[in-house]
Amino acid sequence: MNTTNPLIILVASIFTHNIALVYILGMCPFIVISRNFKTAIGMGVSVVFVVTLTAIINWPIYWKILLPAKAEIISYLIFIIVIAATVQLLEMLIEKFFPPLQSSFGIFLPLITVNCIVLAVCLFMVLRKYTFVQTVFYSFGTSAGWALAIIIMAAIKEKLSLVGDIPHGLKGAGITMIIAGLMAFAFMGFAGMITLQ
Amino acid sequence: MLAITNRVDNAIAMGAGVTFCTVFSSLFVSLFRNVIPSRVRMLAYMVIIATFVICVDRFLRAYFPPISEAMGPYVGLIITNCILMGRAEAYAIKNGPWLSALDGLGCCLGYSFMLILMALIREPLGFGTLLGHRVMPSFWTNWVVMTIAPGAFFLLGVYLWIFRTIAKKTET
Repeated sequence: MNTTNPLIILVASIFTHNIALVYILGMCPFIVISRNFKTAIGMGVSVVFVVTLTAIINWPIYWKILLPAKAEIISYLIFIIVIAATVQLLEMLIEKFFPPLQSSFGIFLPLITVNCIVLAVCLFMVLRKYTFVQTVFYSFGTSAGWALAIIIMAAIKEKLSLVGDIPHGLKGAGITMIIAGLMAFAFMGFAGMITLQ
Repeated sequence: MLAITNRVDNAIAMGAGVTFCTVFSSLFVSLFRNVIPSRVRMLAYMVIIATFVICVDRFLRAYFPPISEAMGPYVGLIITNCILMGRAEAYAIKNGPWLSALDGLGCCLGYSFMLILMALIREPLGFGTLLGHRVMPSFWTNWVVMTIAPGAFFLLGVYLWIFRTIAKKTET
């Protein structure tokens, strides 16, 4: 069993092991949604919520049901079904009980089912043999790190659109990649403080 | 998927894995297109795709353990690769099985080409090797930046810049 302090996992998953900038996951929304600052915040909050919730559901399913039953071969299948079902359920709950949230939060939920980071968190949690507490900290940290990265990216891009002197070929996705590379340097700069595995 | 393009053999394995999954999931989505109810079609795609990803994962683990080790969770993440879902929804659900399989193959060849193109630059610059053989002269100092994530971002940015510029030239 992994014995790393949960707080170290939290900080590491936000900064030094940021899932967007170091593992390069969740790139489709990262490029598309980061055009607008407000949408980026909405998407970030939705992702934090869904990722933490699905990791908390998937942890007992893997360790308490699939592993004793020697059925870990179908874990991918189970994880993806749990994620799709959770997102669907959240969507229905929000529509029914919190209609005001629908316009700012609900529209992102269907997109999250196919966001790589939801599945990635479940796979990393299994691969690194995290305990339940570690999983909670890890999933929250990872999704918060992703949200932080997309919000910073959206803010930089909004400022950049005011200056607007980018070569034609670099506009859009090209400049996003260059900015992401520079941000990745900044985030990895914390690596001296924390070592994870 | 960019994170594992720092070595050519990983990029080839990933390209082959994605191609296999897309061709077979397109084929099966197309075969079952008349029995899948449209309300639950997304879930049906997911189940079909996940089945083939499990096949790839087990195959790599059995025959190529070092590559499987290096790719880690990225094999499982083929499930959420947009290409698979995209081809199923945009093409396979409406067309016959053979055409769908060919369509999946075509899309993935382009994707694999890009992955290998990234790795062809990153591996010699970052490790001084190509497919594990040393290609750089002995005075070469490895660019560590190419082996980690920022290198992938910069390289992709540069590729996008080159391709866009060429595309614009051919347009005008």
